[in-house]
Amino acid sequence: MAQRIDVKDLDIYYGDFLAVEGVTMTIEPRSVTAFIGPSGCGKSTFLRTLNRMHEVIPGTRVEGSVEMEGVDLYGPGVDPVAVRRQIGMVFQRPNPFPTMSIEENVLAGVKLVNKRISKSDAADLVESSLRGSNLWEEVKDRLDKPGAGLSGGQQQRLCIARAIAIKPQVLLMDEPCSALDPISTLAIEDLIAELKQDYTIVIVTHNMQQAARVSDRTAFFNIAGTGKPGKLIEMDDTSTMFSSPTEKATEDYISGRFG
Amino acid sequence: MSTTAPPTGKARSRSASGRAGDRGMNRIFRLVSTWSGALILATLAAVAIFLVLEAWPAISLGGEELGEQISWFPEDTSIITFVGPLIFGTLLAAFLALILATPLAVGVALFISHYAPRRLAQALGYLVDLLAAIPSVVYGLWGILAFAPIVYPVWNGIAETLGWFPLFEGPAADPPRVMATVAVVLAVMILPIITAVCREVFLQTPKLHEEAALALGATRWELVKTAVLPFARSGIISGAMLGLGRALGETMAVLMILSPGFLYSFAIFQAGQQQTIAANIAAQQPEAPPLGVSALIATGLALFVITMAVNMAARAVVARRKDFSGAN
Repeated sequence: MAQRIDVKDLDIYYGDFLAVEGVTMTIEPRSVTAFIGPSGCGKSTFLRTLNRMHEVIPGTRVEGSVEMEGVDLYGPGVDPVAVRRQIGMVFQRPNPFPTMSIEENVLAGVKLVNKRISKSDAADLVESSLRGSNLWEEVKDRLDKPGAGLSGGQQQRLCIARAIAIKPQVLLMDEPCSALDPISTLAIEDLIAELKQDYTIVIVTHNMQQAARVSDRTAFFNIAGTGKPGKLIEMDDTSTMFSSPTEKATEDYISGRFG
Repeated sequence: MSTTAPPTGKARSRSASGRAGDRGMNRIFRLVSTWSGALILATLAAVAIFLVLEAWPAISLGGEELGEQISWFPEDTSIITFVGPLIFGTLLAAFLALILATPLAVGVALFISHYAPRRLAQALGYLVDLLAAIPSVVYGLWGILAFAPIVYPVWNGIAETLGWFPLFEGPAADPPRVMATVAVVLAVMILPIITAVCREVFLQTPKLHEEAALALGATRWELVKTAVLPFARSGIISGAMLGLGRALGETMAVLMILSPGFLYSFAIFQAGQQQTIAANIAAQQPEAPPLGVSALIATGLALFVITMAVNMAARAVVARRKDFSGAN
């Protein structure tokens, strides 16, 4: 289920403005890759180019290539809708559909692909997805209640259940814990550790301890100044990044002397 | 979404310390808003009282006396049996218009908010707002001078092929001064207001939910279906109710187009079948004796009650799935 992503010389533009420059990296399957860096360095923007979610904003474009198992996601004839079905995303703020129940939320993506899923299959999928996101025990008796009625942490796990219900190859997480309390954060982090058995996970985080706790590989992005493009400074095994980074900027950032 | 945090301790302590100027403005604001609210209620009550008082002479009299004293009053009818067909005609016209206009308005609004390129969307938005500002007499003129002369073959065609359905019963009248023509003109009239409301609501769909749908691999239509329409449901209903209100009370367009009748008839292609309350008041009032005016005001009272009932029903529909509305 999990697949690797190769990014080569990726430039990201907002109109004429070069936002992120020259990113080359490999994201390994069945592992957690963390993106860290100061605000505005382009790590979220870069994350969004991995499933073409940046295209939601008019005027954005990329140069370079993003390949998943050798297939260029930006190749001619590649439908962004198909890309997003392969590469799921969890956002900074939990965003269950407010008009849907818990169950409907989990099935929201599935219903797009497979309209005629049988009742029993749907029920099985709801249970397995909610178990997969460690939410089943908390909500199994109120699946028909609105998803928006859950706590923030539960909502975020519901969003993860919704994302994994369509069985993506890769799961992108854009600061998934930044709106959550420490206990919910811990729950999500535990969940990430479990999910990497099956998925390739990329997580953007502002929390260095979190990157150190959950990730196998860490990429540090930085920006030289306002108006300059963000760049990938360094990427290595998380343990190496946090103990003996090659670049001075990485060390400064990680040790808290910067950003 | 818990974005609206309760007032923090800091804000509360500041208002408690109470700078004098701040408190003065606050008091003025409270007075103005309270009195504005009270004024609305008072106006509504005044209208209701006026209607009941003025209508009372006609309501209290029997059908026989009404028939004797008012030349155009149908023989052997009480005020209730007089109002009945008018209520029926009014509702028929308004609901037909609503059925025609609402899907179209939702489509236009969706095009403006989610499909059209930004430039075109803006231009279309202005255009819709302009349409809403056209006086109804102009729509009436358009209906009788431009639309009615060309629509007869269409009505006739429908009446001939689908005549078995009560609504489309033939023969179609020519010239088509009929309910179907009125409904189309009313639909055109209420289209802009419904579109404008829908567009505003669609544009307010939280980015968060749109992105959630897109990230699940939704196409543009699926995005609209999963994120936009459910969020906008109550807004669409509100827009439709505004349109319905306008259609219920519309006078000029109906008066100019419709050949009136006082039957409980669904035949929308035949002339002399139905009449609406507002158009009937406008048609009869200038030459009505005092008691006739009273009878007409009684029909106005009925229109007042219908409009209130429709609005309350709409509110109830909006409130029914409150938990799922996304307003929490």
